[in-house]
Amino acid sequence: MKKHFVNAVLMTVVTTVLLGIVYPLAVTAIAQVLFRSKADGQIIYRNGQAIGSRIIGQPFTGPEYFHSRPSAAGDGYDAAQSGGSNLSPTNHILVEDVEKRVKAEQVGSNPVPIDLVTASASGLDPDISPAAAYYQMARVAHSRGIPESAVQSLIERHTQRRQLGFLGASHVNVLELNLALDRLYPVHN
Amino acid sequence: MTAQGWFQISVFFLAVLALAKPLGIYMARFFEHERTFFDPVARPVERIIYKLTRVDEQHEMRWTEYGAAMLMFSVVSMLLLYVFLRLQHFLPLNPQGFPGAAPDLSFNTAASFTTNTNWQAYVPETTVSYLTQMAGLAYHNFVSAAVGIALAIAFIRGIARHERETIGNFWVDMTRATLWLLLPVCIGFSIVLVSQGVLQNLKPYQTVKLVQPQRSADGKVTSTQTLAMGPVASQEAIKMFGTNGGGFFNANSAHPFENPTPLSNFLEMLAIFAIPSGLTYTLGRMTGSQRHGWAVWSAMAVLFLVGGTTVYWAESHGNPLLHGVDEQHTASQSGGNMEGKEVRFGIAGSALFATATTDASCGAVNSMHDSYMPLGGMVLLVNILLGEVVFGGVGAGMYGILIFIILTVFIAGLMVGRTPEYLGKKIEAYDVKMAMLAILILPLLILVFTAISVVWPSFLASIANPGPHGLSEIFYAFASGAGNNGSAFAGLNANTLWYNTTLGVDMLFGRFLMIIPMLAIAGNLARKKTVPASPGTFPVATPTFAVLLMSVILVVGALTYFPVLSLGPVLEHLLMAAGKVF
Repeated sequence: MKKHFVNAVLMTVVTTVLLGIVYPLAVTAIAQVLFRSKADGQIIYRNGQAIGSRIIGQPFTGPEYFHSRPSAAGDGYDAAQSGGSNLSPTNHILVEDVEKRVKAEQVGSNPVPIDLVTASASGLDPDISPAAAYYQMARVAHSRGIPESAVQSLIERHTQRRQLGFLGASHVNVLELNLALDRLYPVHN
Repeated sequence: MTAQGWFQISVFFLAVLALAKPLGIYMARFFEHERTFFDPVARPVERIIYKLTRVDEQHEMRWTEYGAAMLMFSVVSMLLLYVFLRLQHFLPLNPQGFPGAAPDLSFNTAASFTTNTNWQAYVPETTVSYLTQMAGLAYHNFVSAAVGIALAIAFIRGIARHERETIGNFWVDMTRATLWLLLPVCIGFSIVLVSQGVLQNLKPYQTVKLVQPQRSADGKVTSTQTLAMGPVASQEAIKMFGTNGGGFFNANSAHPFENPTPLSNFLEMLAIFAIPSGLTYTLGRMTGSQRHGWAVWSAMAVLFLVGGTTVYWAESHGNPLLHGVDEQHTASQSGGNMEGKEVRFGIAGSALFATATTDASCGAVNSMHDSYMPLGGMVLLVNILLGEVVFGGVGAGMYGILIFIILTVFIAGLMVGRTPEYLGKKIEAYDVKMAMLAILILPLLILVFTAISVVWPSFLASIANPGPHGLSEIFYAFASGAGNNGSAFAGLNANTLWYNTTLGVDMLFGRFLMIIPMLAIAGNLARKKTVPASPGTFPVATPTFAVLLMSVILVVGALTYFPVLSLGPVLEHLLMAAGKVF
């Protein structure tokens, strides 16, 4: 028994150094050399100011921007507190929340694409479905005073198809789409 | 349900199949000290480790000694993790200045990661330092996986050997599992993950200026976003490959920094099944009955496909209680039940991940199981309740299914009135008693703890979703703990003294009280003589055997858990169909 105890203590120390310190630091070194930007979170800069990560969603409200999905992370899109709503499908809070969001997003009597009114798993979903982007097209075009066709081609350019043709679902990165809007068709106050 | 969705599921299935043989052969070779291509790299490191830890690699252990060494290592390494959690504010690599964790949470977390469960009662990005993540949590991801694989190999040796007292050396087995398999694969895998966008840095959290500042209803203006950082990829790789499942972030594999693309999602799912699937081939090779290995693989594969299809179906149909929404699948949206799911994965990529993570005792999630449709969530729960033997956790899935195999040949023996045999070994009263002990420990823990939790009002206060779903939340928690899964119906507030303590006990007993009878069987089988197969021997390499094995797994699960399932998810489904909300 005493021998196993000695083995166990030594094994814990040796493997902690190898697997808990050397391994992650070695991977960090390799990653920082090969894929620096990605390893650091793909931060986007505008006029020298960090304005977000390309793959972390941000909240957008008002008619001139494409809206992101509802978020349950902290007070919404809190990237230091990720998470979903964890509401069950039969919870009245979910049903009422979706009803409120439908009211806010709905155009005429057209049903709203489901991803636009449901909270994502991470609360930081950077994407909406192409359907949810097209759904908001008329509003964005109108509020920026530009033709719908211009917005439509912008959505098409920002639609990422299924990876390798079959993996996942096609999606539109909301932050990139909105930044492109601001660049090409700035809102004049 | 779409053609691309089915195609994705098929490609995944074929990839799991394709990996089984090469990985299975490789594991059999390095565990049996046969020559492999990786020896020139791993062998020198192995020698150094034995020298430093004073391990005699020639020494062979009886099952009791093997178990004692394993328990000793688990206790010591668990204590170290507890210390890391309690004292992280005195240690380096804590750029956010997090204080030490509370005693009950530290116990729960230490138990959780030592048992390969990775149940997380805390929010990682607001609780644990980078050092705790790397040297505490990710470290246990490696060693709990290595311990699991070592135990499975020891059990397989027990079957393969005859008239021997010993089943291997615990220290050698866990060291080899690490150096030949887990560490090299994870170095490569983590770099691939970084190439997809998974973080790998030691920076403090980054603050960025929001493109559009937000004003909340009470007039508070938010103009910045704080991005959690950290050495994520190195932990992500072993989290998936070792079927651990403990997220670097609270949202786990749903977080874009843990699982940024559909390709990273696919690779993470593949990593869950790689070792468990390969071990069935290892079983066949080491026991000299390759077709038996494939029969076991097939039984697992069928259960996986049935479960996966059901979840995919349930989630594709969406929530009938929501109005004014478009839940149809079209070319421009995946539709279905998108609450708690990410757009880039879609329904198929979420349903498949959820099935794999609960089939194996992984517990990583890329969508929130609590928000699944009642029947979709029920399949995930059932996957865990069946003992996580559908491929299962690394090693744990293999020794779990071996317990069911012993029960199966015993039942087959009863049917024809002969002493059951398994691969040339007579299965006798002692073996069957031990197998039953291993099987009964899980329902005992799960049902008793659930029952206590639902009669005590203050324990019920942790429930987030009222109605039948509340029962499912508590039931899922104890099933996940005892089964060492670690996923959750995460609405349940489990960071309370009651749940931290009971779930900690649930996880420790669920792992170690199953391992001890399992090792006892291994030791007993190794001692037996081999008897030649006779016409009365029930063949274990046939489709009939695979079907019987599946039936035993399903019947044991159904008899044990049907009453609770009918009060939880089944009732919720029926009431939902009747338009009831809670």
